Amino acid sequence: MSNESLTKSMTGGAAETGENVLEVKNLVVHYVLKKETVEAVNDVSFTLKSGRSLGLVGETGAGKTTTALAIMNLVPNPPGVIKSGTVNVCGHEMLKLKPIELAKIRGADISMIFQDPMTSLNPVMTVGNQIAESVKLHEDCSHSQAFDRAVEMLELVGIPGARASEYPHEFSGGMQQRVVIAIALACNPRVLIADEPTTALDVTIQAQVLGMMSELKTKMNTALLMITHDLGVVAKMCDEVAVMYAGRIVEKGTLEDVFNNTMHPYTEGLFNSLPKIDNRDTELKPIPGLMADPTKLPVGCSFAPRCSYATDACRARRPEDRYVSDTHMVVCTAYEDPAFHIEGWQ
Amino acid sequence: MRKSKSATLISKQYRRKGFLIEVWLRLRTNRGAVFGLAVLALFILIMVYTFIFMTPADVSKIDSKSRYLPPSSAHPFGTDDMGRDLFVRVLYGTRYSLAIAFGAVGIGAVIGTFFGSIAGYYGGWTDQIIMRITDVLHSLPGILLGMVIVTILGAGLQTLMIAIGFTVISGFVRMARASVLSVKTSEFVESARAIGMSEFRIVFSQVLPNSISPLIVTFTARMATSVLAAAGLSFLGFGVPVPLPEWGALISAGRNYLTTAPHLTLFPGIFIMLMAFSCALLGDGLRDALDPKLNK
Repeated sequence: MSNESLTKSMTGGAAETGENVLEVKNLVVHYVLKKETVEAVNDVSFTLKSGRSLGLVGETGAGKTTTALAIMNLVPNPPGVIKSGTVNVCGHEMLKLKPIELAKIRGADISMIFQDPMTSLNPVMTVGNQIAESVKLHEDCSHSQAFDRAVEMLELVGIPGARASEYPHEFSGGMQQRVVIAIALACNPRVLIADEPTTALDVTIQAQVLGMMSELKTKMNTALLMITHDLGVVAKMCDEVAVMYAGRIVEKGTLEDVFNNTMHPYTEGLFNSLPKIDNRDTELKPIPGLMADPTKLPVGCSFAPRCSYATDACRARRPEDRYVSDTHMVVCTAYEDPAFHIEGWQ
Repeated sequence: MRKSKSATLISKQYRRKGFLIEVWLRLRTNRGAVFGLAVLALFILIMVYTFIFMTPADVSKIDSKSRYLPPSSAHPFGTDDMGRDLFVRVLYGTRYSLAIAFGAVGIGAVIGTFFGSIAGYYGGWTDQIIMRITDVLHSLPGILLGMVIVTILGAGLQTLMIAIGFTVISGFVRMARASVLSVKTSEFVESARAIGMSEFRIVFSQVLPNSISPLIVTFTARMATSVLAAAGLSFLGFGVPVPLPEWGALISAGRNYLTTAPHLTLFPGIFIMLMAFSCALLGDGLRDALDPKLNK
């Protein structure tokens, strides 16, 4: 690989902002077990434009990670079954490709960062070799060229290149996560899925890693799908937000739409469960009840049993996607009554 | 393709020394392993020496006047029932034991690890088929299986290696499968998939290197038992042809004279023990040296 092509693949490969690089349509993923079926993802649709970032928010078990795995076509099968839907990554139908074709796209067009950096690095391989491995898989180059790129990537994520020859356990958690990010970005993918990338890190390190990620995102014009349960992370990192509950996106819109013009009772509940920094005396208002059992989802709205606004109509039938503006979508039956509005979070 | 000057500099500056060099640097701090390695190296030297300076005629030279002589300066290990010099015979026999220890176990380890990793990684029907065949192999007594293979292929050193290699396969299949099972659900395997690595490559570049330590211990343990198994087969007439001084065969030949000429069993026995012991020490050391976390 010559110098020019190296620079080109570092900066020029990505498309102009505005092109759809990820399109998920009507995705349904179930885990079929012997006794029961876990309905993990139920009819999820969203698109992501290059250079933009989308935050996928929801509590544990909402189907966020399964959605991400389905996009990569990595849902463990058995028991996971992708029942229906399409996933289009940069023009490739991920769910229809053969394993060999998939391997070419994973890492090159779309990459994924996993939650725990301590376990997502191979303990018996030096970090430099692990990054180089990712380069070698997708680009026709020698080991020393790949290794040079690995050193460059390490420096890009703020780790001295000299440490390329060290093993993962010789790094701190935050640095390990930087290495993981370096591996994911080594081939300059158009889409990056980050599955709770900062959950396993200290708060101070979280801020560093997030800052670095948004910097790299802008530099490389990568589209980012940020999966998290931390609304603060979303506010810092994302242009758009999708709130997931029981395998369905219940509210979706720009950061402004969802944070300042909250419409769905569940989103409101999420905000109400956060402590307020300027008023420490207010009591938290947690959402009553537990996450719906994904093996026995209610007939109507999955959130109805926990929702203080729920009516009989909510319990009787499945709510439809309702667009209240060009960008803002909410899935709530109550809005059939034009006068309905939520109390809003303080 | 053009290589830029700075790029070559970077890789020279930051690349690690070779993997094997690193393992050696860690290994040499372990005294037991160094001892084991030294003894094995000595055996290899002896083998090379016998290849150059000894002929089969020296080894089976019969001298009826000097039978059952105890160790002396002329015959350091004494002489046997036909007056043959035991020292020469034991040294000459090193090649068979080394060949069996490394060759037979090597065959078994490569085949067993290959199928074991595949069974563990892919699971399902692949796993079922491989493991049931392994169960059948495992249920046959090793010595019987060895005899059958020797009968089919004809007696000789190579056959003996294949026969013993076959009997150790099942142990490696099980060990490899078990360690692969414990590693394959790790997140780094999932990450490897997410950067587009093929399944086959994942097994051999990600999973296997992380499950290697129990396999190394199995390897060295099997080296010792294989030398003994070879002795057993030789004793039954299925091993190395009679006049050739395989250590096990020497022990079986000397067992009738345990009370009158104990040196006939003692010296080959010591050599077998040294071989087994040094293999085990080296194995332990290697297991530690291959783990980068113990680098400090």
